[in-house]
Amino acid sequence: MAADSYEDIVVGKGDAVPALEVKPQDLYHAKSFWTRWIFCQDAKVIGIQYSITAIAIGLVALVLSWLMRLQLGFPELFPFLGAAEYYQFVTMHGMIMVIYLLTALFLGGFGNFLIPLMVGARDMVFPYVNMVSYWVYLLAVLVLVASFFVPGGPTGAGWTLYPPQAITSGTPGGDGLGIILMLVSLSIFVVGFTMGGLNYVITILQARTRGMTLMRMPLTVWGIFTATVLALFAFPALIVSCIMMTLDNLLGTSFFMPAIVEFGEQTEYSGGSPILFQHLFWFFGHPEVYIVALPAFGIVSDLISVHARKNIFGYRMMVWAIVIIGALSFIVWAHHMYVAGMNPWFGFFFATTTLIIAVPTALKVYNWVITLWRGNIHLTIPMLFALGFIVTFVNGGITGLFLGNVIVDVPLSDTYFVVAHFHMVMGIAPVLVVFGAIYHWFPLITGRFLHEGMGKFHFWVTFLGSYAIYFPMHYLGFVGVPRRYYEMYDSEFMAVSTNYLNQFITVVALIVGFTQILFLYNIITSSMFGKKASKNPWKACSLEWRTPEVPPGHGNFGKDLPVVYRWAYDFSVPGAKEDYIPQDIGPSQVPEAEAEQT
Amino acid sequence: MKKKLSIFQLLSQKPWEPEQAKIDNVHDGATLEISKGKFGLRYLMVISSIFFLLFIVTYSDRLVYPDWRSMPEPFLMWINTLILLFTSIVFITVQSAAKKNQFENVKKRLLVVGGLSLAFLIGQLLVWMQLINLGYYVSNNPANAYFYVFTTLHALHLLGGLIYWIMTIKKIWIPSEIIIANAKHTIELCAIYWHFLFVVWVVLFGLMLLT
Repeated sequence: MAADSYEDIVVGKGDAVPALEVKPQDLYHAKSFWTRWIFCQDAKVIGIQYSITAIAIGLVALVLSWLMRLQLGFPELFPFLGAAEYYQFVTMHGMIMVIYLLTALFLGGFGNFLIPLMVGARDMVFPYVNMVSYWVYLLAVLVLVASFFVPGGPTGAGWTLYPPQAITSGTPGGDGLGIILMLVSLSIFVVGFTMGGLNYVITILQARTRGMTLMRMPLTVWGIFTATVLALFAFPALIVSCIMMTLDNLLGTSFFMPAIVEFGEQTEYSGGSPILFQHLFWFFGHPEVYIVALPAFGIVSDLISVHARKNIFGYRMMVWAIVIIGALSFIVWAHHMYVAGMNPWFGFFFATTTLIIAVPTALKVYNWVITLWRGNIHLTIPMLFALGFIVTFVNGGITGLFLGNVIVDVPLSDTYFVVAHFHMVMGIAPVLVVFGAIYHWFPLITGRFLHEGMGKFHFWVTFLGSYAIYFPMHYLGFVGVPRRYYEMYDSEFMAVSTNYLNQFITVVALIVGFTQILFLYNIITSSMFGKKASKNPWKACSLEWRTPEVPPGHGNFGKDLPVVYRWAYDFSVPGAKEDYIPQDIGPSQVPEAEAEQT
Repeated sequence: MKKKLSIFQLLSQKPWEPEQAKIDNVHDGATLEISKGKFGLRYLMVISSIFFLLFIVTYSDRLVYPDWRSMPEPFLMWINTLILLFTSIVFITVQSAAKKNQFENVKKRLLVVGGLSLAFLIGQLLVWMQLINLGYYVSNNPANAYFYVFTTLHALHLLGGLIYWIMTIKKIWIPSEIIIANAKHTIELCAIYWHFLFVVWVVLFGLMLLT
């Protein structure tokens, strides 16, 4: 018999297939405040710990960007901000945003919170290792932050840390502890991530609930899974380059360091290859773009499907595209190195592979748009952010096609065009997804909604503000404004109008930045006083909303694990009483559904 | 027994079709028939392999330059290699003893494994001392740098293995039926890791020997 609402149906008590029994000793039980909230092995708490830490360090990077923008727009405003400080801020801003915020938030934060819930598991397969992974990540963050307080300050080598300049004395932090702490912190991060990744991969592959085949998984899980696999192959290149550069710096080896004259004196280095570092770095660095982008792709697919009340268009193609993009991301790395000089055939190869990646990526964009077509679109805040993502990602992606061509890249490489491109495609676009995801899953995490008015204000200022910042930046690049200059005021080769544009960008950047503080205020107040959410308020089909209690309790599900009878996208099924059928609702509970009775 | 599907067959499934749904509804959730411990170990071995492979790639890139001066390979390195081989062999006998529930033998042989592993590490340190005494410092030549990096990283992997070995010893020394069943699995994982470390060492040593 069909129940009045899907939310009244007890999980695990559906159709004929029995639920899986999990032995009690498999589940970790916290015994005190410390083991429940601090040294906790519950993936949901670990996910929140990851998220809070990532957002906290992200705020540091945000403040650094304000200082950089103020310096660029109004160069004489801060007497304490010289060239060295500017380069240090650039470096720390870039590294924090890419690695310590986005990677940690998507995989450590969303991955931990969502994977067990979405695949119908009680927890990750190795909860203890999972807990350690967070603490190792925190250690990496602390080591990074420590570099602000050592003599000479943090490294100012740029987020790519290219040798030889990264470890020579002319570079800020290059001859002190700054660069060492950066390299050590990155190495620690990789170790911590490897522990977390172990859990994400094995939980997704081995600990899914009954009926949850790979092709029934929500695309969020596919995105996080593929990104984790990419990270497992890519991060070793980062740690290898960190180890070798640390040895060059501390023990005087010459892995990357060529014979070099420093301040008029011949150093002891000889024969090392700086280009080798670039290859290693970008073998990690380019997949890193997709380590951030793929979870965003997955999450946005789910947001669009849920808030347009329509099944995702081309689910299989979406999965294939995620996997193909992931695989291709390993054979495009040298497009970051065109200006380093390379064999023209090499350049041709990497330009071609780079353009090929646009095919599966464009396919995903088409599928998102077609999902919206004739959907019952609810312009909720998560949906607004998802739509904002599609537009922004297309914009950032198209300028990527420009830069993927050697002949276009060479003149544009050292200009603001590149800054605008990568901020649009891997800064703003994924961050819009992060925001959308937080608005979407906040009721699951806290049982309350985020404030809608503040949310809409947050979206419009962030979305329009980002365009006001980065569209003009493309223009700055075209007219030849170079990046990496700490002061451009009165530079003769630049038009005066570029100064005004820089001032405009700075003012907008500050406005957008402060709006993020409003968002944080919204999170804090809404988690305590926000409007209470009902169970499954968005009427989604995936399992994370099917827990007996909201927020989900320890062990996620009740006595029985859910049994899955359908994919995660049974929206607007003809004949069905409601416009969604959750994954654990068996065919006998929706006898009226005429089609897609899976 | 689960019907094995290729990755292409898996990714071609149409989860929304009723016929596929009937098959999917009774799927038990796991993709591979392998314990999570063994899966975890394979995961770590893959990561370690990529890690060493990347070093090997940079090594082969560097050695073609004219300033490369190969290091001598002291005789002690051959002895160390034999010790590691012997450790692997002992581990095979540990596994077979565990299968036959001869836990007294398992205990003794596991201690032998630990002793041999420590002997290998000490042997490697002695090789280092010999070479340093001969003036082969880390920064003299890229070949020296790679030698010290390879041996250090391999030793660190072995030390990591010894932590797992201690956990295995603990399991064996506490008599309990559940734990003993579990211990057999742990011994198997430990053995696989030691074999892996032996293979890695043979590759690294062979590479240094041949170049």
